[in-house]
Parts: sequence; C-alpha cells; structure tokens
Amino acid sequence: MRILVKFLKNILLFFLALFFLSPIYIIIANSFKNRQELYENVLALPESFSFQYYVEAMDKMNFLSALGNSLYITTFSVLFIVVLSSMTAWMLARTNNKLSNIIFMTFIATMLIPFQTLMMPLMQLMGSITNTLHIPMFNTREGLIFMHVGFSSSISVFLYHGFVKSIPITLEEAATIDGASKFGVFWKIIFPMLKPITVTVMILNVINIWNDYLLPSLTLTDTGLRTIPLSTFYFFGEFTIKWNLAMAGLMLTIIPVVIFYALAQKHIIKGIGEGAVK
Amino acid sequence: MAKKKNMAWYILFTAPLLLIFITVVIIPFLMGIYYSFFQWDGIGANPKVFVGLDNFIHLFGDTRFFKSAWITTLFTILAVISVNLVGLTFALLVTSKLRTANAARTMVFMPYLIGGLILGYIWQFVFSDVFKLIGVVTGLEDVFFNWLMDPSYALYALVFVFTWQMAGYVMIIYIAGIQGIPNDVIEASEIDGANRWQKLRNIIFPLLMPAFTISLFLTLSSAFKIYDVNLSLTGGGPANSTEMFAMNIYNEIFGYGNYGFGQAKAIIFFFIVAAITLTQVYITKKREVEM
Repeated sequence: MRILVKFLKNILLFFLALFFLSPIYIIIANSFKNRQELYENVLALPESFSFQYYVEAMDKMNFLSALGNSLYITTFSVLFIVVLSSMTAWMLARTNNKLSNIIFMTFIATMLIPFQTLMMPLMQLMGSITNTLHIPMFNTREGLIFMHVGFSSSISVFLYHGFVKSIPITLEEAATIDGASKFGVFWKIIFPMLKPITVTVMILNVINIWNDYLLPSLTLTDTGLRTIPLSTFYFFGEFTIKWNLAMAGLMLTIIPVVIFYALAQKHIIKGIGEGAVK
Repeated sequence: MAKKKNMAWYILFTAPLLLIFITVVIIPFLMGIYYSFFQWDGIGANPKVFVGLDNFIHLFGDTRFFKSAWITTLFTILAVISVNLVGLTFALLVTSKLRTANAARTMVFMPYLIGGLILGYIWQFVFSDVFKLIGVVTGLEDVFFNWLMDPSYALYALVFVFTWQMAGYVMIIYIAGIQGIPNDVIEASEIDGANRWQKLRNIIFPLLMPAFTISLFLTLSSAFKIYDVNLSLTGGGPANSTEMFAMNIYNEIFGYGNYGFGQAKAIIFFFIVAAITLTQVYITKKREVEM
C-alpha cells in the first residue's frame, strides 16, 4: 500500500511538471502541422511530420545569421566581463584604501538603476562618441559588447569581490616574496581559485545577454546584425497569422537554450541559486 | 618606489573596466538627471529648453502615467503572490525525496532560461488558440477564451506568463532554503508527533524566512520592471490597458518623442526601484543579525 502511494505520488509529480511544460508541447506539435490541421485541433499530435516550416522559418528569420550574432556577442561579452571584472574585483578587495571603497560602493549602488533610466542618455552619449571620436558604437557588434560589459560589471565585480574576500591572503604573499609580478600572481594563483564564482558569473551573464532584447533593439538597426531575440521580434511582426511557421521559428530559438541547459544544468542551477542569494 | 609600482598595477587592473563602466552607466545616469529638467524632442538640431521642475510637476497631471503606475502595482502584487506560491509548492514537492523530483525540478526551471520575449510569443498562441479550443470543448467559455482581448484578463495573462517564467527561479532559492534546514530538527518534530501541516507551519516556514525574503523582493523588483513579456504578449494592449511602467517610459521617449518628460518619468522609476531594493537589503541584513 505504501509503495503504491509513493508510486502514485511519483507519477503525479512527474505529470504536474510535464503539464507545466505543456506550452512547449503545443509549439512542437503545431510547428509540424499544415494550416488546416492546425485549425482543426491545436492540441492534437501532428499527422504528418514535415520540416517545411522549419526550413521556411530559418530562411525568413535569417536564423543562422542571428544565431551567429548571438553567439559572437554573448561569448565575447562574457569573456571580457570575466577577465575585466575578476581583475578589478581582486585589486579592489586586496587594496584596502579609501579609493577602493569608493569604487566598490559605486559599483554596488548602480545595481539599483533600472535600464530604462539609462537608455535614452546612453544612446545620446553613444551618438556623440560615434560622431566626435569616430568610434562606431551603433550597428557594430563590438559596440554592443562594450555596453553589455558596462551593464554587467556591477553584479560581476560584486560576486568576485565577495569570493576574493574568502580566499586567505597568505598564498599571494608567498608568491609575491618569490618575486612574481601582480599579473603573474593573479593569473597563475588567484584566477584558478576563482573558478566556482567564475562559473556563476558566466552563467548569469550568458542568460541575461543571450535573452536581452531592449539594448540590441536600440543599438542595432542593420538587419544583418540582428540577434535571436531581435530577429524573433521582427519575424513576429510579419508572420503572426501563420502560426505553424511562427511555432517553428520559436522552436528554433529554444533549441540552443535547451542544448545549453542540457550541457550545463548542474552549473546553471547552482549558479542561479548563488547569484540570487548574494 | 614600491608604492608607485603598486599604483601602476592598480590602474592597470582596474582602469579598463572602470572606463567602460563610467561610459556606459555613470555618465548616462548623470546625463539622465540633466535631461529630466529640459523639454526636448530628441532631434539634435532642435533646442533643448530648460523647464526646471516642470516635467516632474507635469507628471501629476498625466493620467496615462498614473494608470500605468496603478496597473504596474496591481500586476506586481498579483505576480509576487502567484510566483512565490507556485515556486514554494514545487520546492516542497521536489524536496520530498520522490524519485521523479530531479526530473521535475529540471522541467520547472526550464522556462526561466527562455527569454521573456520568446515566452510572451509562446503564450500569445496558447491564449488566442488553445484557450479558445479548451473553452469550446469543455463548455467553460467564461474561463477559457482569448484573455488577451479583454483588458482585465490581459493583465491576468501577464501574471500567468510571468509566473511561468519566474516560478522555477524562486523554486531554486526555496530548495536551497529547505535543504539548509537541519534534518534532526524535522526528525525531532516527527518524534514529538507533529503532523504534516504542523511540521510545515511550525518548523519549515519559520526556518525558511530568509529564503522567503530574498524570493519576495527578487520577484517584487523584477515584476515591477517587467518589459519583454509585456511587449511580446500584449504589447501594452488592448487599448493601453496593460502598458506597464517600463513600457510607458519607452513609449513616452521613443514613441512620442518627449525625451525630457520621458526621462523625468525614468528618474521617478529609478527612485521607486531603488526604494524597493534598499528595503530588501535592509530587511535581509536585519534578519541576518538576528539569526
């Protein structure tokens, strides 16, 4: 009897979670249906499996180009964030003076600022940088990466700073006596020890930057530079009536996320938990 | 000499990020305060007219802004309750040593990884086509119809989708909290004959308070700042009935071209978000001291 109850509970929980994900089923099922099938019953399994809509959506969304842009922008943004904010956080944590305190507090305080408060003046400033210094901030992936690094710096420095404080300083001191430069000490001794928090910083920023819509929508107008959220937005503006095509398009955007989740599930859940609690 | 050398290292390590940070965050923030005292349409050639505090005074007469503030508040309250209820329920379920717990946890967390924009589009289809079908089949057409066409139901639809997005996220926080409760405390209560509800009410919930505070305020500030789901699910409609704070600011600036006035709204938005977050930090810190 007890075993049966436990078994039923297991099944129940599984189906509850499955029901939770039912919208995903609905997209998959309808992405294969032709128009008539879709209007007959949106909940039924497709009768014919045709990848026609995937091919069409891929073409209309310019999916491969968007995927490439998203990968490029996310990878380099996260790379710069990890390198620059770990270096900064270590220096700030290990140099106990007024300046370090002020800089660190400024990083913390700006975490309070919502993006909407900064977006318009940021665009003005980027415009003047483009015009006066002739550095193209708009319509370049590098310009967007620059801005992503800026927006992610507060939380990343904050997370690294907390972690550095928990590492005993004696190791570094021993290395310094041995004649290693600060650069060597950091990259050879400190950075490898930061690995757990580096994973957290990477995960948090990958999720935020990959999914960000508003900032790229303001800085990238060139269609060839669109990221996945951007191309999804424009795709939906044009094809909402053709739901099967739209569903195939949505599935395409979800696939990379599922792959990322499957590869790094343990790290993601741990990283999210740590990032939230700190 | 050594001091000078250390200073050079200090600059080398911190200057690159500081330069980017100042350019992207600090200067725009200060510029934003400056712009909020001007009337300007965003076109470089047109003059910026200094109007002092007029933009902020003008805010009090803007009924659309107040309506937006009101529905944002309403949305935030409903969303915070709903996200935390669902998240906590799942957290309790998946920590109950069931064999399917891990799979369930994995599935429930999934929507959080898919961006808000894409989630909104997924649910647009669910509300417009699937809900309609369910209504016709079950005869419950009063409940299952296209929620996005009705002003008040469109708001509930947003709460629904936001819950779907965030429940897995707060679940993770609650799981960490539950796993942090020492086993012997729970075992002791079982020996004393506590039933399931007593155990939950008198042991688990009080010990979950820190996780509760964190989840509450995380959902509070992210609900208040909602934009992506708002844009893709309802677009602010029908008839502006779901135009949240963030979208109202965006539309005022880039839609209507009222750069100065819109920026004044953005500054007010900043003060509200900052107040919410600071309250959270204050309460969390206070509790940490007590524990």
